[in-house]
Amino acid sequence: MASLSSATSTPAASSTPIWSRFARSPFWLRIALIAAILLLLEYYGRFHADPAFMRPPSAVVEAFFTSVISEPKIVSALWLCITEISIAYGMSVVFGVAIGLIVGATKFSRAALFPIILLLFAIPQVSFMPLVILIFGLGPAAKIAFGFSHGIFPIIVNVVAGMRDVKELHLRGARSMGASKADIIRHVILPNMVPSLFTGLRLGMTLTLLGVILAELYVSTGGVGYYTRVFAENYNPAPLFALITSLAVIAIFFNEIVRIAENTLTPGKRRAPRIQSKSVQK
Amino acid sequence: MDRSSLSSRSVQWAFLALAAGAWYLATATGSVSRLFLPPPREVFTALVALVQTNAFWSAVLVTASTVAKAYVLALIIGILAGYLVSRSKLAVATIEPVISGLFTIPITLFFPMFILFFGVGTGSKVAYGATYAFFPIALNTIAAFANMEQRYLLAAQSMGGNRWQIFRYVLMPGALPVLFTGLRIGFFICLASVLGGETISSVAGVGRNIALTAELMEPGRMFAWISFVVCMSVVLNLLAFSFENRIRAR
Repeated sequence: MASLSSATSTPAASSTPIWSRFARSPFWLRIALIAAILLLLEYYGRFHADPAFMRPPSAVVEAFFTSVISEPKIVSALWLCITEISIAYGMSVVFGVAIGLIVGATKFSRAALFPIILLLFAIPQVSFMPLVILIFGLGPAAKIAFGFSHGIFPIIVNVVAGMRDVKELHLRGARSMGASKADIIRHVILPNMVPSLFTGLRLGMTLTLLGVILAELYVSTGGVGYYTRVFAENYNPAPLFALITSLAVIAIFFNEIVRIAENTLTPGKRRAPRIQSKSVQK
Repeated sequence: MDRSSLSSRSVQWAFLALAAGAWYLATATGSVSRLFLPPPREVFTALVALVQTNAFWSAVLVTASTVAKAYVLALIIGILAGYLVSRSKLAVATIEPVISGLFTIPITLFFPMFILFFGVGTGSKVAYGATYAFFPIALNTIAAFANMEQRYLLAAQSMGGNRWQIFRYVLMPGALPVLFTGLRIGFFICLASVLGGETISSVAGVGRNIALTAELMEPGRMFAWISFVVCMSVVLNLLAFSFENRIRAR
């Protein structure tokens, strides 16, 4: 077990000032850590790995230009994926906020309806995936539906949680100053909901991405799932990794949009909490 | 039970009854294709027939053992890695954003790589489930041990507690609630990802059977499998919540 004092003291840095500054900066350490992992993968992929299973990062970058971005069919599949995510997320936000406002409106509606939402949220939706494909077909509709059904729940839950956690003091203050019910909703409950709403929007994006990607991979007769299967079955890992990395970059891009919106639109400039970002959802 | 909680219970039962009634009516009037939503009676008889077969229990066993292996792996690696990272503020500041950043990307993306490395057998599902469950467990372990109130540690140290005593009587009780949240989320993510992996590409297990009955256009049996998964997950969720509340209450 590590000593307790190590949790509070700064780690030993080397004597040169520049180095010690780098060694203490989490940002540069993080860059160094990622670079070290990439170098290790490069070394292993180049000299030790079986080329049927793994290729070094440089070969993956090369494959991105030679066999992913240069194939119009793959590019259009990626664009379709982006469209599906956008539509599914848009629907999740609109319906999620609307249902959240209805469920969170009164103490009674919360007590009656919120447990139903939580119960539905707890069910592993992936067991319905073949059914969703059966109903909506192999095209984009099924992927949008599955992304939507994943993304809507964290948004509802966090909207309701935000409306629930209004301080009694603020409500009583507003009432004693003669605020009407509409005033209280407009000036007390809604502003109080904003940070929690954005947490929900962030988690909703993560789950929308999950739902769309799951359905994309399951339907292996078309779209991105088809190409991942072709590359994997032909033991052609470089374009497979390149395709997966492009999808990961798309996912990061979507997540960053939501996070930047959160940081700029939240009153009081409260930075999005990173620790426990998942554990607050239920 | 007071009046307001009684009436909210009745709303919940009414919702359940409404859903069941809508299911029955939609199938009885034939307004929904039997392929998408078979009548409740058909699903029930299919479920009763299903649990009497050996194939059912062997599929459940495959999935259960896959989830168990994946969860134990994620538990050991996640808690160990999380605890080691939490011991240094610099390590938390450096590594925690990497883990939480990776967790926002759907790990499902990398599923084809798991298939490539470990084949279509249970091995790929164990690795995939363990990878997915690692993230919430590690993140919550870091949060549990790194956000400990320094006052408590200082007080314990000044009262002469040795390392083991501080770990046993201060660190552990303080960390357990947050840690258990991570373990619960990790378990259900593990379960869902194993089911998802089996649905996408595998040779056995519950997820494989749901996909197979859908491909064979057997809605009765497919809904029987789905309702089994739904019932199991509801039961497991209730168990996990009551267990967690017991830990909190102590």
